[in-house]
Amino acid sequence: MKLTFHALAVLALLASPAASAVEYRTVLPAQSAIGFEFNQMGVSIKGGFKRFVAQLIFDPAKPEAARAQIDIDLASIDAGSSEADEESAGRLWFNSSVYPRAQFVSSQVRPLGNNRYEMRGKLMLKGRSREMAVPVTFKPGKTAATFEGAFVLKRLDFGIGEGMWADVATVANEVQVTFRITATGT
Amino acid sequence: MNTVLRYSPPAIVLHWLIALLIFVTFPLGVYMQDLPLSPDKLQLYSYHKWIGVTILLLASLRVMWRVTHTPPPLPDDMARWQRRASQAVHGLLYVLMLAIPLSGWLMSSAKGFQTVWFGVLPLPDLIGKDKALGDLLAGVHQALNFSLLALVFLHVGAALKHHFFERQPFLQRMGWGQKEL
Repeated sequence: MKLTFHALAVLALLASPAASAVEYRTVLPAQSAIGFEFNQMGVSIKGGFKRFVAQLIFDPAKPEAARAQIDIDLASIDAGSSEADEESAGRLWFNSSVYPRAQFVSSQVRPLGNNRYEMRGKLMLKGRSREMAVPVTFKPGKTAATFEGAFVLKRLDFGIGEGMWADVATVANEVQVTFRITATGT
Repeated sequence: MNTVLRYSPPAIVLHWLIALLIFVTFPLGVYMQDLPLSPDKLQLYSYHKWIGVTILLLASLRVMWRVTHTPPPLPDDMARWQRRASQAVHGLLYVLMLAIPLSGWLMSSAKGFQTVWFGVLPLPDLIGKDKALGDLLAGVHQALNFSLLALVFLHVGAALKHHFFERQPFLQRMGWGQKEL
């Protein structure tokens, strides 16, 4: 009995650093997604970006050292309809001929417990940058882990939808952004 | 003394209410579809859809009323082919009053835009997002609408012809006037 307990304790000691030694750094694009949802005339519209490059380094044992960067190709938008996709590239929206990409660069990660973290960083969009705090949930898996979260972005903070589109009664200011990044430790 | 041959008041009210809404939303539908994307266009689409759902609701009530109430008889001396034609046109008008908003609702779902009545009451999406099906239903919606336009011309033309050329009191079947011939 005593022996068993000791054996378990030794095993646990051996196992725990080994388990947390995984440093997630290889993103699997096919299992990652960035989506958004907004309200238009009381109707919920879903969309997303098909092309983006996500880079991250995350060691569950040293979450404060984690870093992430996401670059989104704005031309890869699905805004709900082909008409909206075309419109979104225009000067009043993303002006994507001048600002083809959106970029998020992390600056600080704070553990909140239960595999939840707060990631602070800078979002650069349409020539403007803003500090953001994004909640991230870490879900370890057998071969890969996912990093998921959602936050509300106010489109007018970045001048997305200017001029006639600034009327938030037609297209709401709040855009719910969701992300799921899958990464392996190899 | 002649009795006034007239539909019941609920049928008359529903007839004119639906007619008014069709006269607003039909030209709106034709006008809005070629507009470049703008907040105005999104608003007009919403109004068009809200009116369409209202018509679907009123037309459902009207069909229920119609099947449970007998309409006033047609004049005895009316030719048989005219009775047949009248029945056919009225039947088709009832079908289109239901089928047109229904096709619009389905088209909206297929195009990925849920219908939310007056921005408050969401209608379920009976079919999923499917671009090809959405384009097909847009064609169906348009074809049904132009069929309705043709039938409305026929309907109004026949009523006016019976009333003014044949001096039959046809307009009072759907009117409020007390005048009898």
